[in-house]
Amino acid sequence: MTALLATRLKTSLKACRLLLATLALVGLAALAQPASAQQPNAPQPNSVNPTASSVKEDQLLQQMRIIHGRGTIPDAKSYNLEQPAGRDWRQFHEVTLPWIGAIAVLGMLAALVLFYLIRGMVKVVAGRSGRTILRFNALERFVHWMTASCFIVLALSGLNITFGKRLLLPLIGADTFATWSQWAKYAHNFLSFPFTLGVVVILLMWIAWNLPSKVDLEWLKEGGGIVGDKHPPAQRFNAGQKMIYWIVVVGGGLVAATGYLMMFPFYLTDIAGMQLAQIVHGVVALLFVAAMLGHIYIGTIGMEGAFEAMGTGEVDLNWAKQHHSLWVEQELAKPRGEAPPSRAAPHPAE
Amino acid sequence: MARMKFLCDADRCIECNACVTACKNEHEVPWGINRRRVVTINDGRPGERSISMACMHCTDAPCQAVCPVNCFYTTADAVVLHSKDLCIGCGYCFYACPFGAPQYPKVGNFGSRGKMDKCTFCAGGPEADNSKAEYDKYGSNRLAEGKLPLCAEMCSTKSLLAGDNDIIAQIYKERVVKRGYGSGAWGWQTAYRETIAS
Repeated sequence: MTALLATRLKTSLKACRLLLATLALVGLAALAQPASAQQPNAPQPNSVNPTASSVKEDQLLQQMRIIHGRGTIPDAKSYNLEQPAGRDWRQFHEVTLPWIGAIAVLGMLAALVLFYLIRGMVKVVAGRSGRTILRFNALERFVHWMTASCFIVLALSGLNITFGKRLLLPLIGADTFATWSQWAKYAHNFLSFPFTLGVVVILLMWIAWNLPSKVDLEWLKEGGGIVGDKHPPAQRFNAGQKMIYWIVVVGGGLVAATGYLMMFPFYLTDIAGMQLAQIVHGVVALLFVAAMLGHIYIGTIGMEGAFEAMGTGEVDLNWAKQHHSLWVEQELAKPRGEAPPSRAAPHPAE
Repeated sequence: MARMKFLCDADRCIECNACVTACKNEHEVPWGINRRRVVTINDGRPGERSISMACMHCTDAPCQAVCPVNCFYTTADAVVLHSKDLCIGCGYCFYACPFGAPQYPKVGNFGSRGKMDKCTFCAGGPEADNSKAEYDKYGSNRLAEGKLPLCAEMCSTKSLLAGDNDIIAQIYKERVVKRGYGSGAWGWQTAYRETIAS
């Protein structure tokens, strides 16, 4: 009897142990469940992670250069959340452009000084004849000097924007420099109008004499008489002058177009367009300045008798024969002293 | 010194535009200029996000670098400010800014621009703190009064945080840990070349 009881007790104890062990396992498992759910960055299975399906900044920045959205204020420019291209433009404006400008302008100045020291002034070989011939009439001279004087102010005020804070600001102080720059900006804006008008008139006024011809190839082959002592034949404008003409027309057109884009900001372009406009404006303008330094040189100390063409408009006949032989032939061949056919001859009173 | 920053928690921004309004009112910002704005991306579609954006007071600020008259300066708290007395309204800071922060009142013909205006982190300008001249040009100087920018202070969901980098980054990190997600500090990579791991 006692033995049977003992066996029964043993089995029930075993059962109890098994039950306890099972309970413990289940309990552990139950405990383990919320513990894992509370780990950071591991959302509960039934919770919502809004960022999983939402737009992401790095992804948007990779996809497009501008993160654009919708806003509630009238200024549509403000709907761009991020436009990191500004940093590239900064690199251009603060590093690339000053280097381009310094190399172009200082390089041209150095080349001109060197050239002057080696070649000196190009003289009128046959000496002055004392007779003159009209090279540029009053309208041509007026348009030239209107454009030129505007260009000088535009160039200086433009150079001030890129180089002023590096060169002038330390000399004259922040307040004076800001005042000067403010007025320079006004001058830059307002003088752009007569300058642009001048470029347009120059385009129309002189295009007939500035189309490339075979004579130009010969002139260029001979070095234009700039290098060496030969004076190849040239028409009213030689190949070098034609180049200056096209630099003025194309360069002037580009700086005018991009300049007006900046003067009327965001009317026609977005931020990328504004940055591009400034890049084109800056590069073309600095190369333009360098080219005009060469033009000023050859028109003044570089060549005897050249300035008179734009000064009085009358050049010495020997100068003209030396530099523009074909043009002089044409001019001298023209019938002189006769009334132009369009004007009716005065009738004697009857 | 503190490194002042803005942080917009995009998971919290509800596009209420109260920050925009508070800023305009606090500083008497001229008509047509909004120093702060809310931009909504993918508006009305799944995954849309609204972000409140203003000047981020960048590290090595591009506006400061490109200014032709050097009218910008960075304060000891790393707030990027400028002098309206020196500004010539050339518009270059807008071309350089990654966040479109600088704005200009139209003062004349040909779209000519007046003195640039932008978020000051409620820190005024170069004039004496809380002087009338400072208020007229730049708005109030809350930082000088020991207060943080109003836009963030009154943000109803506390989405917009303003203050020292270490503190606001810590707040944001704790939020991300607690709720289990975060879409990151918008603009930080662009403005500071750093981000908050989320």
